[in-house]
Amino acid sequence: MALDRGLIGTETVGETMSVSRSRLRFFAKATGQEDPVYVDLAAAKQAGHRDLPVPPTFFTAIDLEHPDPFRWLQTIGIDLRSILHGEQEFKFHRMAYAGDELTTRSRVTDIYEKRGGALEFLVRTTTVTNQDGEVVAEAVSTTVIRQLNLT
Amino acid sequence: MTTTTTATAWEVGHEFEPLAIDPISRTTLALFAGASGDHNPIHIDIDVAKSAGLDDVFAQGMLSMAYLARAVTNIVPQEQVRKFGVRFTSITPLHAQPTCYVKVDSIDDSSGERLADLSVAVRLADGTRTLEGHAVVALDGTVGGTDA
Repeated sequence: MALDRGLIGTETVGETMSVSRSRLRFFAKATGQEDPVYVDLAAAKQAGHRDLPVPPTFFTAIDLEHPDPFRWLQTIGIDLRSILHGEQEFKFHRMAYAGDELTTRSRVTDIYEKRGGALEFLVRTTTVTNQDGEVVAEAVSTTVIRQLNLT
Repeated sequence: MTTTTTATAWEVGHEFEPLAIDPISRTTLALFAGASGDHNPIHIDIDVAKSAGLDDVFAQGMLSMAYLARAVTNIVPQEQVRKFGVRFTSITPLHAQPTCYVKVDSIDDSSGERLADLSVAVRLADGTRTLEGHAVVALDGTVGGTDA
């Protein structure tokens, strides 16, 4: 299948997450985080933070708050089993903390193919803002869609 | 655990102590699926992996990127990290043992803020390179500060 380049510019999912300490502690546990700043409020405050910091790569979790986050991919004809993460980039503008309400806006910014269409690339750019409307981070995510060789 | 950001570490070519990660288990993948919100069953359900022609589940790319972020924030406080980007160059199979590498590529004083460009990578025990990229970090602390 070939992705429609007309999708470039389309808004995809956008979600809001109220970031909780417990979710950040769960993320720390799941990623083997040993730095107490990410789990212990006293350690975070000692380091000059107002609460537990949202770690650098956590921002991709916000879009996934959607009840059916992959539905958008499926509506454009992508089989979830065929996708791989190709690239991920973040630019950080300010820190975010437990207690913040973070909102994403994502749009398709590029679509291209390699190996004569055997691999397709879907690039999405996401802006994360906090409850004060300040931009916290920008993320660029490239999804690779490979052809499934199903028997 | 925390690498001190002494002046001597900030020389081009300096390699920080690698961050070794425990082998990836099915539990690791299940916990990360929940914590990251990425519930794609290809990472947690062997039946789905097999239906896609794979032998088994494999790790979420963002799991390795989170490990690499730990390696970076062990070196500088997170508020000094300006950019962080990677390419995922190979999948991480179950039971693989990743190690995170961070090296000083260049230091730029021209913008008024002293910035270090770090090359970052994750390699498995068998030498497979799974992630490679860069992080840009400010060397002069703002919030929180360095231990200088």
